[in-house]
Parts: sequence; structure tokens; C-alpha cells
Amino acid sequence: MNREILIQAEHLHRYYGPICAVRDVSFELAKGDVLGFLGPNGAGKSTTMQMLTGTLAPSAGTIRVQGIDLLDHPKRAKRELGYLPEQPPLYRELTVDEYLTYCARLRRVAGREVRAAVERSRSRCGLNEVRRRLIANLSKGYQQRVGIAQAILHNPAVVILDEPTVGLDPIQIREIRGLIRELGESHGIILSTHILPEVQGTCNRVQIIHRGRLVFADSMQGLESHLQAQACIVAFRQPPAIEALQQFAGVEEVTELGDGRFRLRYTGDNPAEALTERAVNAGWGLLELIPERRTLEQIFVELTSRDAAEEAA
Amino acid sequence: MILTIASRELRSLFLSPMAWSILGVVQLLLAYLFLSQIDLFMTYAPQLAGRANAPGVTDIVITPLLGNTGVILLLIAPLITMRTLSEESRSRTLNLLMSSPLSMTEIVLGKYLGLLGFFLILLGMISLMPLSLMVGTELDTGKLASGLLGLGLLLAAFTAAGLFMSSLTDQPTVAAVSSFGLLLLLWIIDWAGNSGAGVSELFRYLSLVRHYESLLKGLFDSSDVIYYLLFIFTFLVLTVQRLDARRLPH
Repeated sequence: MNREILIQAEHLHRYYGPICAVRDVSFELAKGDVLGFLGPNGAGKSTTMQMLTGTLAPSAGTIRVQGIDLLDHPKRAKRELGYLPEQPPLYRELTVDEYLTYCARLRRVAGREVRAAVERSRSRCGLNEVRRRLIANLSKGYQQRVGIAQAILHNPAVVILDEPTVGLDPIQIREIRGLIRELGESHGIILSTHILPEVQGTCNRVQIIHRGRLVFADSMQGLESHLQAQACIVAFRQPPAIEALQQFAGVEEVTELGDGRFRLRYTGDNPAEALTERAVNAGWGLLELIPERRTLEQIFVELTSRDAAEEAA
Repeated sequence: MILTIASRELRSLFLSPMAWSILGVVQLLLAYLFLSQIDLFMTYAPQLAGRANAPGVTDIVITPLLGNTGVILLLIAPLITMRTLSEESRSRTLNLLMSSPLSMTEIVLGKYLGLLGFFLILLGMISLMPLSLMVGTELDTGKLASGLLGLGLLLAAFTAAGLFMSSLTDQPTVAAVSSFGLLLLLWIIDWAGNSGAGVSELFRYLSLVRHYESLLKGLFDSSDVIYYLLFIFTFLVLTVQRLDARRLPH
């Protein structure tokens, strides 16, 4: 597959006075990627995104957008960037159309293409019926959509969205996620959020940032294998002794849950097959065999609390 | 690109009642001053008629009017300039400008020209009053032109200083108070110059009002014009620096 690298960030650092908000963050974004940026509040998500869009300068490190250095040639690099900050940058006294037209000019869309660009991104974000209304009078959800429309106006190679679904109702959230997936086919997208299902629903790559460091970076498939926890739950009509279960190859720990249920933690190959065979032969009366899946939430909590525990030690 | 920013700035000013009310109030105040000045002229006109080298209508009506306009606008200009950058940074719209393919200089010049556009409109309305005298009498057009040029330069200088102050804070009122303070200080700084020698020359040079006064008298000295241009340039450069510094680690 031809992976066209859109963003290359290397060893980014950012200090606010003595506080280090982002420490040695490096990653790449290729065309077709929808990269989910996860992290607890204050982890450095927004700071990283601001650095990627040139609204903050990194203390150290380089950022290249389609091979163009953002710090050396900000004007050329920024043409390929669309950015929705945490708080959408809206001029409340303008109407939706006026605002988008102004943004299109700022983004250097050629004069005769401005109308078409505004129309396209307006209908993409479902803003057609409010086009003549003042932004100040729109609901939070619509304002958020105007913010997204503004970010994709000039058809940039990279779209950076900082918590794009905040304040939207469930239907709008679904629409916006659909829009993000659709955009992901032809653009590179970075999206920050602390809503975990959102990442599972829209992204194909995940990065978790905690205390300014990247603590996890993998593709969605990689994440899936992390989610396949090494445990399963079994239930029997005639439960055997715990010792009998512990004898299976790879089983590390068996906990009794009562009512003939056990949790088996194992390493290596899944013992389910051997277990079923044995259960049938010995007449244990196997009722349930459920592979336990960890949720993204658990991984997230594990990664972010492990660090805190280390620091406390 | 600069013009795009400038025209939005100007439009936004007129979308709020602020610009309209300021235009109205300034016009009202100046009309009153203008009328009382004309009244004064009418009283003394018969006595002046016979004398050689007597001051004309330009000296008695227009010069004091423009002089007072300068003082009034010193009070008013910070109210217009206060929101330009502070409001943008408060409502986070500055992010939009900073993530767009624009240089800081373009942003600052765009903002500056937008404000200047407003003050040009104001200046146009103010100059209608002296010009209306042309219907009934003859004016010293040279003196009038030099006075209006002086007022224009003065306003441009106020705007540059106000823009800089607006880039320093998120609070429009703080920007207004501090730019008013700065302008007033620069206005009265030559009072100190009157008392002693030595530093006085420097203070006299720095004073905004001295350069304006000589233009009002009809003395077109390029050093006065250069003073204003330097003043404007300095504050614009400071504003660009200030905006740039927001991005940098500190």
C-alpha cells in the first residue's frame, strides 16, 4: 500500500515556564489515517495539536507537513492544515455564510472557487438550513458544526479536530463520526477526545498521551489484540475441583466466582479447546465459555494509573 | 489577504452599535464646538474687518476646532481600538488567524488598516463641517489641508498605539484604559519640557501635541510627518513582536 506521509512530528517538547506539557512526542500520520489522540485532562493533547497547527511553537523538535517544515515555511505548510480548536473560533456577529466566506479567503482559496468551497463544506456539515442565521443565535451543536465546516473548507491534506463531538446530541455525534470517517478516506485526520467509544468507532490508529508522554501508540488492530484479554469465564453444571482446572496448559490462575463459575487467566494459547474436550469427557456439564474482553477504558486506566503509581514509588 | 482582514474588521465594527454611537457622539460634540466658534467669529468679525493681517475664518473657526477634535479623539480612539486583538484572543478566534496561512505582519496590518478605515470615515465626517463654510466664504485651503493631514496622522498614531495595547491583554477595558493612559502621557509630556532644560528637548520632541500644533498652524514640516510615521511604525512592529511571542515558549 502506498502510504503517503502527511505529518511527521519528531521529538516535540513544549514547556510552559518550568512545567513540561509535552515531552519527546514523535509520530507520523499517513494519508487515510484517522488517528485518535487520547488522554486525561491536562495530558498535553491540546498543546500537541496547537503545535501541529502552528498556533504554538514547540520548545524543541520538528514538524513537517507533507515534507514542508512548519517552522521554516509556516505559510506553505499551513495551507495543508485544517484546524478546529477546543473552542470553535467563531465570529458571533457574522452569519454562517459570511463567516465561511471569510475563512475561505483567509485560507487562500482562489477567488472564484470560494463560493463552491463554502457550499461544499456547508452541505457536508449539514448547515444548509442555517446559512443565513447569525452564529451567535445557533445552538452549541450547530456552532460546533460551523467549526468543523471551517476546518475542511480549503480541502486540506490534514484535518486536526480537538474534541469535535463535545456538546452534540447523539444523532449529531453519529453524523459527525460518519463525516470524519468519510473525510478519513481522502485526508489524514487527527482527532482528540476523551470519549473512548468514539475512538473505537472512528479511528484506525490510537495514541494515548499521559503527562506529556506518548504511553501507547498502535493501530486499531494492534489495539484489538491488546483488548483480547488473556482470560475467560467458564460455568459448569457439575463444577470440578479448582485443581483440575489449574492443570490445563498455560492456565495461570483460577478464581472461583460461585455458582459453578470460574475465571481462568492464562498465558499463550487459549485453553478453551482442551477445556471443552475435557468437560465433555468428564461430564462437567459446560454451560458457558466466554472469552473476556478488556475495554479500551481498562487499557486507558491501566496505562495512565501505572505511571502515577511508578511516580509515587 | 491584508484587505480581507481589514474589511472584516471594519464590517464588524459597524455590526455593533459601538461604531455608530461613537460617530454620532463625536459629530454632536464637534458640531456644538463648531457653532460656538462660528458665533465667536461673528462677534469679532466687524472689528477685524478693518485691520491689516487680521486672522481669518480659518484661524478663528477651523484651527481651534481641529485642535479640540484632537483632544476629543484622544478620549474616543481607545474605545474603538480596545477590542481589535483582545477580543480575538478572548473568544479564541485568534487561533483561526494563527492557523491560517498568514504571517503575523499580515494579521497586524490587516487589523490596522481596518481600524484606519473607520477613522478615515470619522475624519471625512469631521471635515464636512469646515468644508461647509466654503459655501459662504473663502477658506485658507492650504491651512485646512495641513490641519486635516495633521489630524489624520494623529489618528493613525492613536490607532497604532491602541492596537499595541490591545495585543497585550485579553480584557478590552484594560486595553482601553492603558492606551488612554499612554496617549494622554504622550500628549502632556511636553509640560515637563517647559520647566527645565536638558531632557526637555527630548520630551518636547516626544509629545504628540507639539507636532500636531505646527501642522495646525499650516507649517508643513517633513520632520513632523516623519515623527508620526516613526511612531506608527514602532507600535506596529511591537504588536507583531507581541503576537509572535504568544506562540513561543516562555
